[in-house]
Amino acid sequence: MSIMTSQQALADALAIEMRRDPSVLMFGEGVATKRAELLAEFGAGRVRNTPLAEGIIAGTAVGASAFGLRPVIDLLFAPFMCFAMDELVNSAGKLRFLSGGQFSFPLVAMAMTGGGWGIGPHHNHNLEAWFAHAPGLKVVMPSTPADAKGLLAAAIRDDNPVLFFSDIGLAFASGEVPEGEHCVPLGKAALRRPGGDVSLVSYGKCVDTCLAAAETLATQGVSAEVLDLRSLKPLDEQAILASVRRTGRLVVVHEASRTCGVGAEVAALASEAAFDSLRAPPCRLTGPDAPAAASFPLEQAFAPSAAAVAAAVGRMLEGGGTVADAAAVA
Amino acid sequence: MKIDTDYPDALALHEAMQLIRSYEERMTAIQAEGAAAGTCTAVGQEAAAVGVMAALGRDERILTNHRSAGHLLARGADPGRLMAEAMGRATGYCKGKSGSLHVSAAELGVVLTSTIVGGELSLATGVALAHKQLGLPGVVVCIFGDGAACEGVFHESLNLAAVWSLPILYVCENNQWQAFVHRRETMVGERVAEWATGYRIGSAVVDGNDVHAVRAAAAAALAEVRCSGRPFLLEAETYRLRGHFEPDDQAYVDAAELAAWRDRDPLGRSRRALLAAGHDARALAELETAVERRIDQAQAFALASPYPELAELTRDVFA
Ligand SMILES: Cc1ncc(C[n+]2csc(CCOP(=O)(O)OP(=O)(O)O)c2C)c(N)n1
Ligand SMILES: [Mg+2]
Repeated sequence: MSIMTSQQALADALAIEMRRDPSVLMFGEGVATKRAELLAEFGAGRVRNTPLAEGIIAGTAVGASAFGLRPVIDLLFAPFMCFAMDELVNSAGKLRFLSGGQFSFPLVAMAMTGGGWGIGPHHNHNLEAWFAHAPGLKVVMPSTPADAKGLLAAAIRDDNPVLFFSDIGLAFASGEVPEGEHCVPLGKAALRRPGGDVSLVSYGKCVDTCLAAAETLATQGVSAEVLDLRSLKPLDEQAILASVRRTGRLVVVHEASRTCGVGAEVAALASEAAFDSLRAPPCRLTGPDAPAAASFPLEQAFAPSAAAVAAAVGRMLEGGGTVADAAAVA
Repeated sequence: MKIDTDYPDALALHEAMQLIRSYEERMTAIQAEGAAAGTCTAVGQEAAAVGVMAALGRDERILTNHRSAGHLLARGADPGRLMAEAMGRATGYCKGKSGSLHVSAAELGVVLTSTIVGGELSLATGVALAHKQLGLPGVVVCIFGDGAACEGVFHESLNLAAVWSLPILYVCENNQWQAFVHRRETMVGERVAEWATGYRIGSAVVDGNDVHAVRAAAAAALAEVRCSGRPFLLEAETYRLRGHFEPDDQAYVDAAELAAWRDRDPLGRSRRALLAAGHDARALAELETAVERRIDQAQAFALASPYPELAELTRDVFA
């Protein structure tokens, strides 16, 4: 184990995977500039700067992945992916199916998102659910440096297109990271804290929010379980249902807006498949259905706070109000 | 399946064009009966398809679009499997999941067909990067329309291909129409090739209704790409003689313009040239009959083919 930030963990995974497999290459706006160590080790053929053109960056990755390369592209910030939607959704997501299985697209598209930098909704927009809704794509979002490394390695090795989202707010948070090759399987959630009274299901930086809430709740005699989804697609339905069946209560927490977010999927899953176990209606704590403001206090208030999570659990245990978004709770 | 690259003479080129014409005319009849949705024909553009395919080698990888039956047939596609695909049958090139609009046939080197206008332009750079990086034989041939050239990704594609020196032969089939809008309403110039100049990409414009001219121009363009390792753009000037898709009454088409292009129908020109070169009119009629028989057989094969089983609904989503 060594201590590193998520940023360092991602760089570590990239270097290891590129060393391991000569078909892995990386490109994007400023990739060769900002990842000078990769450029030095692997050369200009495999570490490339591109023009400012997200559509062709993504399209090039799709085309290259069908014929023997395993591209990793850095699209920088999630909202920039809007320029690459055709390539990601219509090509990477559909052309395998449409062709009757003639092609596969082992590529990774990375982007950062979430609050923490204070520069507004053209850089910060948690749109990960869009891609979970699109067929043929996998979606991951780690909450720890170790998972950042392990999920990126697994995404690179996977034979499907994987959207890899990183929280801006976690970029420089450090933690223990396994040395050498390290893969975290896609589609497997992680139980971060066991508990018996309520399941707090989350991903990305809101996992820390849930862990903090669980600490608070413990002082009140409430035992909260924290499940980190890690992969949004495939979703670890078994882990979610097992947790809900254990605790009988579900609170889903994410920074992304509420409507049709991952929380809706998780809550629907629990209602459909673990209804008998539920002792209260599932509850979503999410960002509001609004763009993320640049102003620091507004940006911070966008994501659910640990206090809001603890309060929602408290109300749920009392049998009171259930559904509240972060803004309403604040 | 055999990739067709071997067109020994003018008669072979004529036959290939005739096959496309007969196939597409049959498809319009099948569409009229309600058995094939979304039929986009390239009637009048056969010389562009055959001329380009006749210039390519076996190792070329071809990306094309919604109007691709001619490209596929000229590359050696089995008309039966193609028709089966258009009719959603399991024996089609894509198990019936594509229909007529996005047919890929990797065995023929026709790959990643997209019906998103311009989709092929966004993917061609990646295929070419793989060819270059992995030292794969063959260059990438990207066929698109004048409408696709108005998409932003056309410009992104050419710019990246030029900056990264990617071995791509861009082939623009300028058929004057972009669905229901004439090209003159949407483009400042007459030609897409002019835009290549801005990206320092060499280009040529050819009479797209003269199969020999297209073949020669495509061969020269291909040699240029092979030798330089850089992209090149060939523009074939042609005309969509039928509507955007079936049915289409073409009420919006200028009658005089249509008539003028009908006079330049590549099949008529090819037939006249063959007769002038001493070919026998009866032999040509027999060739047409033989082609019709092939299309009959193709249709019979397609109609006898099963639909995909319902498990295909969710198969091939992930690798
Ligand atoms: C992104 C997108 N926009 C619109 C369409 C609808 N559409 C299909 S073909 C077509 C015309 C394309 O014109 P061109 O590129 O010149 O090709 P042609 O059909 O003339 O061969 C249009 C508008 C589409 N399929 N994709
Ligand atoms: Mg056109």
